[in-house]
Amino acid sequence: MLDIAIQKTLHTGKRRFELNVQLQSASQHTVLFGQSGAGKSLTLKAIAGLMTPDSGHIRLGGRLLFSQPGGVNLTPQARQLGYLFQDYALFPHLTVRQNVAFGLVHGWLNPRTRAQHDEVEHWLYTFGLAAMAQQLPGELSGGQRQRVALARALVAKPGALLLDEPFAALDPALRHDMRQTLLALLAQVQIPLVLITHDEQDVALFGQQVFELRDGQAHAANLATFPEAPPRHD
Amino acid sequence: MAGMDTVWVALALSLKVAGLATVLAALSGVATGFVLARGRFPGRDVLDTLLTLPMVLPPTVLGYYLLVLLGRQGALGGWLQAQWGINLIFSWQGAVIAAAVVAFPLVFKPARAAFEAVDGQLEQAAQVLGISRLAVFFRITLPLAWRGILAGILLAFARALGEFGATLMVAGSIPGKTQTLSIAVYEAVQAGQDDVANLLVGVISAVCICVLLAAGYLAPGRVAQR
Repeated sequence: MLDIAIQKTLHTGKRRFELNVQLQSASQHTVLFGQSGAGKSLTLKAIAGLMTPDSGHIRLGGRLLFSQPGGVNLTPQARQLGYLFQDYALFPHLTVRQNVAFGLVHGWLNPRTRAQHDEVEHWLYTFGLAAMAQQLPGELSGGQRQRVALARALVAKPGALLLDEPFAALDPALRHDMRQTLLALLAQVQIPLVLITHDEQDVALFGQQVFELRDGQAHAANLATFPEAPPRHD
Repeated sequence: MAGMDTVWVALALSLKVAGLATVLAALSGVATGFVLARGRFPGRDVLDTLLTLPMVLPPTVLGYYLLVLLGRQGALGGWLQAQWGINLIFSWQGAVIAAAVVAFPLVFKPARAAFEAVDGQLEQAAQVLGISRLAVFFRITLPLAWRGILAGILLAFARALGEFGATLMVAGSIPGKTQTLSIAVYEAVQAGQDDVANLLVGVISAVCICVLLAAGYLAPGRVAQR
């Protein structure tokens, strides 16, 4: 399902960081676990095509996304993935409905404020966002923003969902709610998932296969060693 | 009075020259502002300094540079003359070039700052959603940077309207052809035509107040909404 072998050397000032991630996951849901600075976000950006590795290859859901020896490097647009940014990256000048419809309109103009699209309305309704469809992201709460970001990623029917620390910015009560929302969603929609987190509870809830990243390297980890493994949904 | 006609002729010419110069400065200023905000290449800081130079150089020095460049003996002017038979010196088109060069940094500087203030992650998010880089520029980057750019464009228009030194060097002061408002004021005072000078000064002040009112109407809030 997910097959990564990438190398990348980064220089920031005098610091040097070596990313050397090799992992293969046969599961639908893969979790990359690790402390901040371990290279989780870089790995996720490489999968999305937002960072180009120096060498190696990336294969996801049977598609070759990147291969340095093979000269393959699909653009982020061509990879057709859903990416949930840690701070959501909602477009501040567009309404909730325009944000969700963003990926469906490909021209030089943003979707119209009043344009209705079945797929957009479906996700607005599913995530309880219909009442605030004409509002700007700045007027929403953290949980609402995250649901908008999730809806925006799902509308374009992505081939896989990449989640960057999806619950880190939420307070504990909201975190619980959003985890349940995402679990319910995953029970409905069959979609490959790559989730990165530093929270052990996320591992137990979402991981079918887990890798721990340390100092830019991936190590296969045992799911059973993570606390509170709840009953699985699949 | 014959002198009074020059006022309206000069006003029309000034608006034409400043308007076209602002369009030139806006297009080139926004483009270079974006390239310098997003691009990473050696010599970026040197380029930024060179492009800002028209803002700090004395206008007469700038006018001299333009004369050297655009004159018949100049590298660009000689080529234009030989290839197309175009002569920019002492023409209103020359005045447009002079005003555009002077006004350029006033668009370029705030445009670069405005583009740098746009969160790059928003552009990445749009790309992942399948939108081409060019479309991302028009749908995300430009609308978010627009406020800062617009302020720069209005300043550039005001600066182009008031341009004196470089324009006089390049285009001269030919009534009805290259004599803009600010140059006409100087000529009127020199010739002792106080009534013409009074009218000119009144007109140019009124135009500037209109520009400021327009700026206030377009600025923060109203623009940010859409």
